[in-house]
Amino acid sequence: MIENYRKRKLVNTLMKGLVFFFTILSLVPLLFILFYLIKQGIGAINWEFLTHLPKPVGESGGGVFNAIVGTIILIVLSTLMAVPLGIGAGIYLAEVKAGKLAYLLRLGTDILQGTPSIVLGVIAYLWVVKPMKSFSALAGSVALAIMMLPMIVCSTEETLKLIPYSLKEAALALGVPYYRTILKVILPAGFSGILTGILLGIARIAGETAPLLFTAFGSPYLNLNPLKPISALPLVVFNYASSPYPDWWRQAWGASFVLTVMVLVFNLAAKIGTRKWEIKF
Amino acid sequence: MGDKILTTEHLYAYYDQHCVLKDINMAIPKFKATAIMGPSGCGKTTLLRCFNRLHELSPGGRIEGKIRLRNTDLLSLNPIQVRRRIGMVFQRPNPFPTMSIYENVIAGYRLNGIKLSQNKADEIVEQALKKTALWDEVKDVLYRRGTFLSGGQQQRLCIARALAMNPEVLLLDEPTSALDPKATAHIEELIVGLKKSVTIVIVTHSIGQAGRVADYTAFLYLGELIEFGPTERLFTAPKDKRTEEYLSGKFG
Repeated sequence: MIENYRKRKLVNTLMKGLVFFFTILSLVPLLFILFYLIKQGIGAINWEFLTHLPKPVGESGGGVFNAIVGTIILIVLSTLMAVPLGIGAGIYLAEVKAGKLAYLLRLGTDILQGTPSIVLGVIAYLWVVKPMKSFSALAGSVALAIMMLPMIVCSTEETLKLIPYSLKEAALALGVPYYRTILKVILPAGFSGILTGILLGIARIAGETAPLLFTAFGSPYLNLNPLKPISALPLVVFNYASSPYPDWWRQAWGASFVLTVMVLVFNLAAKIGTRKWEIKF
Repeated sequence: MGDKILTTEHLYAYYDQHCVLKDINMAIPKFKATAIMGPSGCGKTTLLRCFNRLHELSPGGRIEGKIRLRNTDLLSLNPIQVRRRIGMVFQRPNPFPTMSIYENVIAGYRLNGIKLSQNKADEIVEQALKKTALWDEVKDVLYRRGTFLSGGQQQRLCIARALAMNPEVLLLDEPTSALDPKATAHIEELIVGLKKSVTIVIVTHSIGQAGRVADYTAFLYLGELIEFGPTERLFTAPKDKRTEEYLSGKFG
């Protein structure tokens, strides 16, 4: 008995140690990335970097203001496109569940989720850039919106599925029409889940480079026109990091740092939003 | 039996091909409480959900036959209008979790986009909460979420929400099955008081509850209406052997 007990105790300790070790091990790359980013990036960050346009090669200084503005414009445009579509499709899936169209929609969403982002860029190039004969923020937003769409569809569907049927019945029994029940009872009850999905979607696309390479293209100027090429932080990182100039490498680190902070903010906002607006049934 | 408010004629209800109510003929009297009792799965709740046309929203739900609300054919009316005239309270309390107590009571108006002046809305809320004996308990917390209340209070809030629409009939689907004995007694007391102003149809599992609150009782068994009559008569001198067996606890 005692022998057995000792053995179990030993195995238990061993396993606990192993799990602990793997946990730490998987945290190490993350910590290294953050450490490196801060170490290399923070030096490049100053007021000028955040508020000035890039300088030509050879001149020192300058900033990535155009890219920060560009990234924000791209996020806003793609969110405006993906959110209504995604929530609509999510509602459809949660309400209809079975049926041919629902099956196709679910299949399409799954495929879209697995489509390489560079392919989405090519598609946006064919759909928007070619007919309009110009690289544009719009084209970049289309590519990013397609990327975001499956995430919003899924999170909306999953959230709405968790809302008890009794809630819908309560509204219907009061003589509330079906569409009003969805809009005024079901959607508000799922608000926090849907918002989380949107914010995580934004965090996901904010750092995408591949779909922007031949859509938004990048631009050294400050551009607010969505029909013109526009810069974005990931494009700056890509271009500067692959350049031969040490000054630009420094700026690429700075841009990476800004981008990471942005993504982090969206992630944290999603976490806080979920907690704050969580509805208990 | 006095004035009838809800009458069914040869009412059949189906889930796809499966027939759950067979040839129901009954006339529910006005301003009385009518209980529908019977063993699980006998179609009590389905019958109730036919009255406010919720049954047809269930997958495969279908109704045949006639239901009359006063003298109009209920099945030819717009279901939305029917549901505003016939309120319903469910087994488990289901206040809207995103709304305050006040908003829950007035929800029937707000969600339907019916405009009300602030005074009128306040009045409706106060009266509905007074009718359900909830006013004194919640008048200082009207703007807190309805889900903070106890189970019994939540169920009374749901009754108040239904009553705020001034329905002609109030359907109660085992309204106390999720509540403790004290809250149950409170709700039963309320039902007895409410029938002066609204006709009540209550589905219940409990013979005792039917005896305590209902003037008339219907006994359903396997989708058929076995017997329907004044509660006292049905309990003391059941005409059908099955009613007698159910009442004496032989099945159910």
